[in-house]
Amino acid sequence: MGGNFFTNYVEISAVVLFCIGFSTLLFHQNLLKKIIGFNIMDTAIYLFLAAKGYIADSDPAIIVDGILDAGRYVNPLPGALVLTGIVVSVSVTAFSLALVLRLYEKYGTMHMDEILYLSREDR
Amino acid sequence: MRRLSENEFRIIRRFRRLYAVVAALVCLMMISLLFLTVSNLPIFGEESNPANNEVVERYLEKGLEETGAVNITAGIILDYRAFDTFGESTVLFLAVAAVWMLLKKEEKEIRVLMEETLTYAPKEDVIFRTVARFLTPCILLFGIYIILNGHLSPGGGFSGGAVMGSGLILYNLSNGTARTRRFLNEKVFTRVVMGALFFYALAKSYSFFTGGNHLESLIPLGTPGSIFSGGLILPLNIAVGLVVACTGYGIYALFARGGL
Repeated sequence: MGGNFFTNYVEISAVVLFCIGFSTLLFHQNLLKKIIGFNIMDTAIYLFLAAKGYIADSDPAIIVDGILDAGRYVNPLPGALVLTGIVVSVSVTAFSLALVLRLYEKYGTMHMDEILYLSREDR
Repeated sequence: MRRLSENEFRIIRRFRRLYAVVAALVCLMMISLLFLTVSNLPIFGEESNPANNEVVERYLEKGLEETGAVNITAGIILDYRAFDTFGESTVLFLAVAAVWMLLKKEEKEIRVLMEETLTYAPKEDVIFRTVARFLTPCILLFGIYIILNGHLSPGGGFSGGAVMGSGLILYNLSNGTARTRRFLNEKVFTRVVMGALFFYALAKSYSFFTGGNHLESLIPLGTPGSIFSGGLILPLNIAVGLVVACTGYGIYALFARGGL
């Protein structure tokens, strides 16, 4: 373990969230729960990026009174990156939910193994 | 229906057990690796962290002068990285197109579902309808405010569009689909989204005609802090906001009843 385990508590919470999402993705057979886990993972990444851009005791990156001193504001770049991430995550979630809905309409279940068996019986 | 044989069952059960063990191992490895990495990262919130390098300094010191936007993040996403944002709006449009492709139903079915949703939608609820009547204009107005002030204060096209989309959903829930269709039907939806995307593409393609590195806006930047400043950022914010509001409502409508 490195020395900054207790000072980096925001990053630690991001990692904890990420692992919750990752294990949900791996251990659950329900496709809806997999999507939820995926979304939790996304959120963890945003938290991590936002934490990387934070500077203690500084203002948001909105210029006040024409002061252009870079040390006064937080890093504006993670905000721009997170925005991209959120949009892509929303799109992917909507698309995968639509796919799951169609699977449910066809097979009457969201359980992955059952869908696999039923789709094999179709052939 | 073909029954699975005893042998196949055994294989599947063995695979399940193996999968659980491997998944647990992968998870544990991932967790320990991530914790190790995070505990070795530089201290949270320090100004000297490597993420706060000369790129950010450049954006913060020259951003106002070059883009005219007081909100530096808006300047980054809609001026320096405007093509990236165009890609994002296209991704949203593609998502709604894909959902449309998967879930679109015939007009007859939509009408049946519209009648059916009345039973569980709170349209007949007096408290909900009264509150929604007061709230919907406020939410829509707030969304417009966020979009129009995107270059001056926190917010912008994406957040304001999301607020407006939720306002539209609230209107739809409280007033019914038939009334929403008077101003937001399929035709209007397609035209607004396509028009906004086309305007964005047209507005930003001047970089192609004037040489790829040309970042100066053809529109004067105006005084920083006033509403008409920042060159193309305000119109681009409006275009993005329209796309986001429409796609947000569109995705909801497609999931709720299979059509706008």
